[in-house]
Amino acid sequence: MDTQRAVRAVRARGITKCFGDVVALDDVDLDLTPGQIHGLVGPNGAGKTTLLGLLLGLAVADGGSLEVLGRPVGRALAAPAGVAGFVDGPGLYPSLTARQNLAALAALRGQDRRSRRIDEVLGEVGLTEVADDRARGFSLGMRQRLGLAAALLTSPRLLVLDEPSNGLDPAGKKHVHGVLTRLADEGATVVLSSHRMDDLEALCSEVTILATGRVRFSGPIGKLAADGRELDYRLLTSDPAAARRLAAAAPGVRVVDGAAAWRGAEALVVRSSAPALERLVTRLVGEDLAIREVAPVVSPLEAAFLALTEEPTDQQEPQERQERHEQAEQQEQRKQEADR
Amino acid sequence: MTTTVVEHDVAGGDADTEADALRVPVTRAYRFELDKLVSQWRIRLLTLVCWTAPGLFVAAVNQQSTLPSDTLFGRWMHATGWAGPLVVLGFAGSWALPLLVSVVAGDVFAAEDRLGTWRHLLVAVRSPRRIFWAKALAALTVLVLLVAGLVASSVAGGVATAGNRPLVGLDGHTLTPSAAAGNVLLAWACALVPTLALAAIGLLGSVVLGRSPMGLLVPALVAVAMQLAQMLPLPVALRLALPGYAFVSWNGLFADPAQLDELLVALAVSLAWIVVATAVAYRLFVRRDFTNATDDGTGRRMSLRAVLPLVALFALTFGGIAAATPSTGSGITQAKVQQSVATAFAHLYRLQTAELNRPAVTEAQLQVTATCDRSDGQVDPVGAGNDWRCVVTWHLPGTTAPGNAVYQLNIASNGRIEADGDGPKEVNGYFLVHTPAGDAPNPLWQFDGDVELLPTSPKG
Repeated sequence: MDTQRAVRAVRARGITKCFGDVVALDDVDLDLTPGQIHGLVGPNGAGKTTLLGLLLGLAVADGGSLEVLGRPVGRALAAPAGVAGFVDGPGLYPSLTARQNLAALAALRGQDRRSRRIDEVLGEVGLTEVADDRARGFSLGMRQRLGLAAALLTSPRLLVLDEPSNGLDPAGKKHVHGVLTRLADEGATVVLSSHRMDDLEALCSEVTILATGRVRFSGPIGKLAADGRELDYRLLTSDPAAARRLAAAAPGVRVVDGAAAWRGAEALVVRSSAPALERLVTRLVGEDLAIREVAPVVSPLEAAFLALTEEPTDQQEPQERQERHEQAEQQEQRKQEADR
Repeated sequence: MTTTVVEHDVAGGDADTEADALRVPVTRAYRFELDKLVSQWRIRLLTLVCWTAPGLFVAAVNQQSTLPSDTLFGRWMHATGWAGPLVVLGFAGSWALPLLVSVVAGDVFAAEDRLGTWRHLLVAVRSPRRIFWAKALAALTVLVLLVAGLVASSVAGGVATAGNRPLVGLDGHTLTPSAAAGNVLLAWACALVPTLALAAIGLLGSVVLGRSPMGLLVPALVAVAMQLAQMLPLPVALRLALPGYAFVSWNGLFADPAQLDELLVALAVSLAWIVVATAVAYRLFVRRDFTNATDDGTGRRMSLRAVLPLVALFALTFGGIAAATPSTGSGITQAKVQQSVATAFAHLYRLQTAELNRPAVTEAQLQVTATCDRSDGQVDPVGAGNDWRCVVTWHLPGTTAPGNAVYQLNIASNGRIEADGDGPKEVNGYFLVHTPAGDAPNPLWQFDGDVELLPTSPKG
């Protein structure tokens, strides 16, 4: 047996799932290893929640194979052992207190409803002080944290979370990020979907970008930036005019905005690949310009997300068709020349 | 194509076997559902009301000089503590029980749709089938708890304020306190069956209508429709085919001998509705597609799948009852009315005789007969109406001249008779009689009776 395959938390091959005529997932492959926090990104309707639902045993794939924690997922509607999480909100009962919600879930799973573990997980997500308040009065962020606490009750080896950062304040986010990082450090696998690119970049080692049910990218976030893709970068320097002149002359660098206002200062926005930017920065330093800030205008993940998931516009489509047509004609001409 | 999430029995091998092993037992899921139900403020409020309000109501009425004589057994509330629970039962069968069912069973599935918790419940329990039974059993438990409260509270209120005394039955015969207690409990137990039939309809509505508030209203609307049907001059078979007829047919327990035919048919019909409505709800629930969070399972096709089996059941029971018994008419005939009035009068005359400390007589010695007609003979003497008039005749031992008394009758379409004395005044003209122990209600002034709508059992 392939040892890499044996240790995978999730191994999906060619997963398809349809709802009526709508193809929610189309030939999706996914590999998750233990100890990994994996982000799932995609526009609305990309199939993220459907994929998470399959991992949680809420639905059965129409095609392909799925192994979770080394066990093939059967046709039964059931979460495999060791899997916990939530999709479409944390699913709490508003008439119960936070503690009662967890106690009822614990009892449902055959655990002691007065288990100390309930207090522990409430503490982990920062809800100890409101443990005896009814969930009815909880904010969205508090409900998210309570949902996470419910998932933690089972000490999961695969934690599946749909938009866990929704509604979280900075303190709540810090709590949640801390919990997820600790879980991953202890060897559990965390897979989460989010529209918050900053969260994903802060948490995830790998991401999968989905669009219209298909995987557009899956791998380390660093690979997105290293793919030679050009990004917009903002530069704050001690001499904007000199920086603009040097940037305009630099190979592989295009000045997008030579005098962008940024926090009361004049910034330079350039579009370049990472290596070209590094060369420009070296040149600026060499010309005795102080570099006060270099930062992508949008994060590499967000840029990749936009690039990989943007639908072609009405104006783009005819142009692309024309380009494809011209390429095909050129190929045909080369083929005819070669034949002659 | 729609993917239906059910517990497949198709090949899944070890994974399915493991999933089976991981499913939460129904007992645990039941406890979970019970926790959720009991934590709702409205259920707690209803529990408090059911365990206190009937007792307070009965106690309060017993302190009044005016009694709710338009309600069955209401006129006996001062006489015995066992009348109060029956008055409460009469009211509960019309309004309270359907409303309780609406709140408890009509929302038990819909609540998960409203809260968006189906997926979480499925992840935890891993079996829609077990979720269904857990929810149904939890709703049943809460309903039984609420009904038990109505019984306990009304009995406590009645016995505490009016005493544990004999109860006068619907045909005038006297039940000992222990017999009255047994019959009261049996009557409530009988009313529980149509309550559960409404609950099953409520479960079905809750499954079919999803997050729509209509699900909550289904049992109440069905109950109101049945109430209206009972007021109409419908054939007996049609009345008996309704799942709620057992709410009134417990009356037969308080006749001597007990009129059990209607009661047994009504209970059988209610049981059939419980089975069919629950089975349809179960079938629709386990076939629901839970993968789509925006789909709460509602739809015209779904509604048809829910309604058609119940319509078929109604047609089947109606046809069966109509074929098995002569029940296509109103069931109220001149002979039955005369027999019922004569029997009640005979029993109550003995009671009056005892109150007045006169020489004891038996029903056999009295040889009571009644001659009844409608609108002075201008209308066929059949069916419900308030234009019935009866002349009762009896014989006292040692006298040659028979006694006569006149009663105006109001007969409801369910067979209930309200007889109002119309003279002579020394027999039924006054609502009180002077007894050696002081004034007491005159049992012959006004009394209740009951016409058995199905072919009559021999009267005692």
